[in-house]
Amino acid sequence: MREMCVATETRTTADSPLVAPGHTTATVTDKIAAVVLQSTPRWFYPAFGASFGLLMLFMYAVTILFAKGVGIWGVNNPAGWGFAIVNFVWWIGIGHAGTLISAILLLLRQKWRQSINRFAEAMTLFAVACAGIYPILHLGRPWLAYWLFPYPATTGVWPQFRSPLIWDVFAISTYALVSLMFWYVGLIPDLATLRDRTQNRIARVVYGMMAMGWRGSAAHWHNHDTACILLAALATPLVVSVHSVVSLDFAAGLIPGWHATIFPPYFVAGAIFAGFAMVITLAIPLRAAFGLHDFITERHVRNMAKVMLATGLIVNYGYAIEIFIAWYSGNEYEQYMLTNRVLGPYRYIWYSLILCNVVATQFLWSAKVRSSAVAVWVVSMFINVGMWLERFVIVVTSLTRDFMPSAWGMYYPTRFDYFTFFGTIGLFLSLMFLFVRLLPMISIFEIRTLLPKARAKEKSA
Amino acid sequence: MSESDRTDAARYWRGLEERTPDAALQAQLRPEFTPQADVAPQGLDRRHFMQVMGASFALAGLGACTRQPVEELVPYARPPEDLVPGRPLYFATALTLGGFASGVLVESHTGRPTKIEGNPEHPSSLGATDRFAQAALLDLYDPDRSRAVLHLQRIRSWEAFLQVLEPALEAQVPLQGAGLRILSGSSTSPTLAAQMQRIRARFPQARWHRYETVSRDGLRSATLAAFGRYVEVRYDFSQADVVVALDSDFLTTGPGCVRYAKDFMARRRVREGQYGMSRLYCIESTPSATGAVADHRLSLPPAQQLACAFALAFECGVHGTGVLGPAGAGDLEKWRQIIGLDLREHAGRSIVIAGDESPVELQALALAMNQRLGNLGRSVIVSEPIEVEPTSHIGSLRDLVQDMRAGQVELLLVLGGNPVYDAPADLDFTAAMAKVPLRAHLAFAEDETSENCHWHLPLAHELETWSDARAHDGTVSVMQPLIDPLFGGKSMHELLAVVAGDKERNGIDIVRRTWTERLGADFDTRWRRILHDGVVAGSEEPLLPLELQRDSLTQLFLGVASDLAPRLERRNDSLEVVFRVDPTVHDGRFANNGWLQELPKPWTRLTWDNAALLAPATAARLGLANEDMVELEQGTRKVRAPVWVLPGQPEDVVTLHLGYGRRRVGRVGTGAGFDAHPLRTSAGLVHASGLRLRPTGEQVKLACTQLQHAMEGRHLVREGSLSEFRDHPHFAQEMGHGVHAPTSLYPGFEYEGRAWGMVVDLGACTGCNACVVACNAENNIPVVGKAQVRKGREMHWLRIDRYFEGSAEDPRVVQQPVMCMHCENAPCEPVCPVGATSHGKEGLNEMVYNRCVGTRYCANNCPYKVRRFNFLQYADQETEVLKMLRNPDVTVRTRGVMEKCTYCVQRINQTRIQIKKEDRPLRDGEILTACQQVCPSDAIIFGDINDPNSKVAKLRQQPLHYGILEELNTRPRTTYLARVTNPNPERGAAAGHAGDVRGH
Repeated sequence: MREMCVATETRTTADSPLVAPGHTTATVTDKIAAVVLQSTPRWFYPAFGASFGLLMLFMYAVTILFAKGVGIWGVNNPAGWGFAIVNFVWWIGIGHAGTLISAILLLLRQKWRQSINRFAEAMTLFAVACAGIYPILHLGRPWLAYWLFPYPATTGVWPQFRSPLIWDVFAISTYALVSLMFWYVGLIPDLATLRDRTQNRIARVVYGMMAMGWRGSAAHWHNHDTACILLAALATPLVVSVHSVVSLDFAAGLIPGWHATIFPPYFVAGAIFAGFAMVITLAIPLRAAFGLHDFITERHVRNMAKVMLATGLIVNYGYAIEIFIAWYSGNEYEQYMLTNRVLGPYRYIWYSLILCNVVATQFLWSAKVRSSAVAVWVVSMFINVGMWLERFVIVVTSLTRDFMPSAWGMYYPTRFDYFTFFGTIGLFLSLMFLFVRLLPMISIFEIRTLLPKARAKEKSA
Repeated sequence: MSESDRTDAARYWRGLEERTPDAALQAQLRPEFTPQADVAPQGLDRRHFMQVMGASFALAGLGACTRQPVEELVPYARPPEDLVPGRPLYFATALTLGGFASGVLVESHTGRPTKIEGNPEHPSSLGATDRFAQAALLDLYDPDRSRAVLHLQRIRSWEAFLQVLEPALEAQVPLQGAGLRILSGSSTSPTLAAQMQRIRARFPQARWHRYETVSRDGLRSATLAAFGRYVEVRYDFSQADVVVALDSDFLTTGPGCVRYAKDFMARRRVREGQYGMSRLYCIESTPSATGAVADHRLSLPPAQQLACAFALAFECGVHGTGVLGPAGAGDLEKWRQIIGLDLREHAGRSIVIAGDESPVELQALALAMNQRLGNLGRSVIVSEPIEVEPTSHIGSLRDLVQDMRAGQVELLLVLGGNPVYDAPADLDFTAAMAKVPLRAHLAFAEDETSENCHWHLPLAHELETWSDARAHDGTVSVMQPLIDPLFGGKSMHELLAVVAGDKERNGIDIVRRTWTERLGADFDTRWRRILHDGVVAGSEEPLLPLELQRDSLTQLFLGVASDLAPRLERRNDSLEVVFRVDPTVHDGRFANNGWLQELPKPWTRLTWDNAALLAPATAARLGLANEDMVELEQGTRKVRAPVWVLPGQPEDVVTLHLGYGRRRVGRVGTGAGFDAHPLRTSAGLVHASGLRLRPTGEQVKLACTQLQHAMEGRHLVREGSLSEFRDHPHFAQEMGHGVHAPTSLYPGFEYEGRAWGMVVDLGACTGCNACVVACNAENNIPVVGKAQVRKGREMHWLRIDRYFEGSAEDPRVVQQPVMCMHCENAPCEPVCPVGATSHGKEGLNEMVYNRCVGTRYCANNCPYKVRRFNFLQYADQETEVLKMLRNPDVTVRTRGVMEKCTYCVQRINQTRIQIKKEDRPLRDGEILTACQQVCPSDAIIFGDINDPNSKVAKLRQQPLHYGILEELNTRPRTTYLARVTNPNPERGAAAGHAGDVRGH
């Protein structure tokens, strides 16, 4: 990872600047704050309405779910887990880019991250929120979900710490909390900017409260920097740990197709892969919608494409190793697992996965593709789909055909599976739309540091 | 009209009509409101209130004054002071199917029966039961049972019916009962026999007709031809070295099947150093459960099968059977020689048995062969008939239809049965019955026949009635009620008592009358003994020394053989149809029983439906696949049915199971399957040719519980031939990957004290499914319905896996009961985040329902896939009557909770408490799991594996012993004994059947 990113940086510093020429601190602030402070653009209503509609679909699906039970989904006896867990892992994976960009790239002094980190962090939070809902929804008795927390119960019964699902609870709740803190701390100077600029009294009060009395003094800035670095250091191991732990949900089981030691690194790479794909998927249309080409430049797109290519190759390596180990183990169940993926009833899912995650990724080798925002966006869509399919293959294909042929079955999602899935996409997009209208989607103060003036100062210092 | 009322009416009006002075219209308006509506609350003074309330209280009190009939339901197996809530009592009684009794002990919790076990004293049971007896409990509590006497669909009382019946009977007295007809199924009841005699005395011209779908007419006619009279034939499989079954499913259906399975499997139990084993050949026209167990199974169309039987008979030296010449193609010819030789070598120690549904010629051939081989009196026992007044059912029904059509029947009483549904189509029973001026149907639930009768009378369940019945060997049982009729039903005896004009109208009095006459002196003591034991000791029918009438048989054979020759030529344009009663819902009487509907059928693993079974080759030729809807046409009659392609089905034969497609049935059976009866005529009750099949292009959904039929080369079911076992006793253990040496850093858990374990003997399992239903009953396992089964959500804690091996045309079938393995290293345990499944110190993998949050991780991680999840609220917690059904010792699970086999932990704990109180060690075999207790062939053995003298510990030392998926280091406590078959070594591997060790 490190080498890759550093190499990227050295090559691209000579490249185009990270902020388009001609900007001053004032224009940067104006331009970014305007997204929030201007009146709502007309396209926003249908877009937000559609997302909100999906969110309502989610509410409907969940109401029926709570009333009747998980039987409304397609889960069954061999396949105890279905869409819910697929979606959970998918969303968690998407939720990886934000912290990676904010924390690891911050520590690595990757300046280019500064125009996308805010937005990526928000995406992370929302994706984790979407992901976090699923483990609760998929429970047979969701009202007892709190039993998974080690609270001092009068029964004296504790959760079972050997279970990877308990590790999940800790990993995800920690990740969500640290991500939230990181995001919020980073927002404080910009909230103060909005407080100072807004014409609306109520907004001023709200932003003012959220800015926690930020006055921009040197002491403030100093504390802020320290807090950011500390949080980054805290968040860095989480980037690796969360998806490693999620992967253990599978790796700790003995089902062929789950029980593999390669899972943690393979899942982490996959998560970053998916996360960057989602950042691109969202950033490119938003950039166009709000005219932010000056801050999210072609160079950003190129860099993200390179990260996707690198992590994509790791994921591809994971696929290859899975195949190799299945053969090399000489274990008939592992070998059958492979046969089943490639030739079994779910083979088309596997073929599509290969198309999306292996074939489509290779286009990123081409500098021409990387320079085209549209092409990168198309590839990122393939990857979004591909990563979802990958989780489907892992969860469903493995479960439906394991050890006892007599118990083999098929998993067919029901409409409620789809409602819930599209519903969380609705939740995600709704939160995203609210975010871009209520908070600065690009870090104003950090962009200011990218201006030639600031950079000159930095160099002279 | 009171003052206030009148003024009210004047003040308020509801419509213009009320203001009209038209008195007629006013009168019409009034009944719209109940009389009470007139009593206006307004102006109710204290005095009036006291009057009304006083009257109400008095009336309420009077309601309690109904004098309850005092009947003695004793003797208790234990004295009544033992009636402790929570501690069950057991009563001996019997349940009948086709008239024949199987003795049962019924567990009763505070007066409600909750579980049925076999009666060890009863010769047809010896402690086990079949699936139907297990499911009888659900029938008892069926909420769809009829609850009232109905006259033309309107509720009436029993007395109202008697007010109609008694004058009608009186009117018959001068006619000597010429217009009185009674239709029922077979019966073996001595009380019923006595009642029939009394009815005859009162109405000499009255007739009693019999009809059942499984009529056993073939056997009756064959005995008539062979011996010149009706006799009963029963078998002693403990005496048989070689068994040839001609379409006989003697291991799982028919009178005595439970006993037969026990005797038969006892002769096949091989252990180290114990190699004696019987051999079973099945020659069948449709796959049966018995065929799955056979050492050699020949699947032939009915005509070829008959030809094969002829050839065999000829080989055995039966007169009049040589006319057909060779038995057909080369392979068949070889079989004839091999089986014939085997039979002759074991003359006197063999059995040729034809099925209950088989036609007369097959039955006669079997009888003749048995006689020729000297089996009669040894392994095949001929006795006086056990049924009351045996008669040809089809002849009897035909007579009735003729009489009804001729208008000679004035009063028809249908006792049980459902002839409108299951009478042969060509008789047009319904139309004939419509001519009877007064017809009444005594039935368990409203059905097709009740719809067509004037009166519908609720029939009490056998667990609610006094009666008596005889076992397959004639042993008599007196049946006692476990509970008062839940919905006020009447027994057959109670209705017949009215017909006979007896004084005794009460079930107990009627039965006691019979037995007072029979028992004579010392009645009370003997009566109590009989009720306690459940059997009348020494009442079995003795062997009847009879000579076979060779000439009449020869005549029969010659006649059949001349008809057979043209049938043997295969015609390509049409198919043959074979009718069978369904293995789970039988003739349709269990169509509303959820446990049986959801029970996977032995070969197909289908639930909730029957299907037109086709051989793979036939289906391929016709371009059909599973679930394709086809139209079957026989003559002018048509039926639409879904196709199910079944390996092992003979080519060009379509098997249709009867008992489905009920038109008028409760909510469970509604919409299940199709009705094959329209194709079934009195000439072709068992099979018929000339069936045409036309694809409709439609599809229906069927619910099959096992989609994968091959074992994928995994060593789950292990089997070998007897010779293989003798040469390499450890063949089964060598098949798997073996168990790796423990690789854990930590020492294993030491199981001090008891360690529960179970061994399943695959060689003894017949796949009869009794264990599955017993598990349902014992553990309150919910029925989920067809849609849920289709999703793969059936809740059975114990399932029977079925795998095919070999070619699609002639596969071998292996079956394997799979329940929780109670692994010592259970993969389900560490993955549960809340610790809802944990390990007991005796090795039980325990499920804590109220701790379960339902992540389903345990089920995912179970390599045996034996865990079952309540995806929805499956257990019916609303229906009141079903609450009585539940075993109070087992939690009724709610939605969102995982469950699985517990080794019947409630039974373990009950015994644990008991032996603690008595301060004694556990005796081996003291704890029986529900599946073990019911198993007819003792294939399931449970006990303490730490006790070196226990049966289960000894079996675990056997060379045949192995565990499945042991290579995963799960250390399963449920283990298996490999199946050993006894193929004929003469046959060799030529037919791909025998000899080689089959490792799957």
